[in-house]
Amino acid sequence: MMGAIGFKLIVFLVAALVVIVSSLLMTTRKNPIHSALWMIVTFFAMAVIYLLLNAQFIAVAQVMVYAGAIMMLILFVIMMVSLDNGAQNEQKKFPVNFAKKAAGALVVTVLLLELMFGALFYQMTAKVGSYPAEAVSSLGNAKTIGTLLYGQYLFPFEIASVLLLVGIIGAVVLSRKSK
Amino acid sequence: MLQEIPTSYCYLLSAIVFVIGAVGAITRKNAIVIFMSIELMLNAVNLVFISSGNAFASLDGSVFVFFVMTVAAVEAAVGLAIFVMLFRLKGTVNADEVNLLKG
Repeated sequence: MMGAIGFKLIVFLVAALVVIVSSLLMTTRKNPIHSALWMIVTFFAMAVIYLLLNAQFIAVAQVMVYAGAIMMLILFVIMMVSLDNGAQNEQKKFPVNFAKKAAGALVVTVLLLELMFGALFYQMTAKVGSYPAEAVSSLGNAKTIGTLLYGQYLFPFEIASVLLLVGIIGAVVLSRKSK
Repeated sequence: MLQEIPTSYCYLLSAIVFVIGAVGAITRKNAIVIFMSIELMLNAVNLVFISSGNAFASLDGSVFVFFVMTVAAVEAAVGLAIFVMLFRLKGTVNADEVNLLKG
């Protein structure tokens, strides 16, 4: 028998906890490889949350693109640029005194309070769309998004492909060893 | 049917993750960890898009997240190429030591 708290809410709370803990761990590790690995955990937990929000295509795309391609790229570059004592290079030459830390903590607190105020006291003023979750699930999430991408959003789709081409050419040109 | 997740919980989680990413991008000195914090901020915004799309029975959120992911992938490729070039030039990716433009 279902308790007062729903199944989706329990899974969401566990996944949200994993996201917060692993992102905190990611931004505080001295070793950048550890940061990258905690980032992968964050991405997988975010994919679970996307699944709970009826965005199955984006959840799979998140795992493939973010946790797969981008993190692999980052790990390769970390291994390429890390010195032997890479973990010690962080705080040697530029120490942070207490005034800077206090100012930083104040800015962070103000930013978090502002964002939470916006997150809790918002008004839903948008128009309700025409793709409810039940209707989409009968046809398939990927198929419906594909219909949108090749229909209403065709122009941004083609521009995104041009952007990818420009990015590939740029990355190849930038990485060449100059003569 | 299972009960849906309240949208304000998703917005709250996105706010917390965004602030964690912002603090990481400001505080850390390793350029690659700064880049990963920026990707974390992009993920927080993706969560807002997906949860808003779910709340309004619309797929526009998912389509926009698709384009955000595309841009993030291109940014990763070009940005990491820049980091590799920086390492070849200075021997380090410490953001504090990249001050060639300093007056």
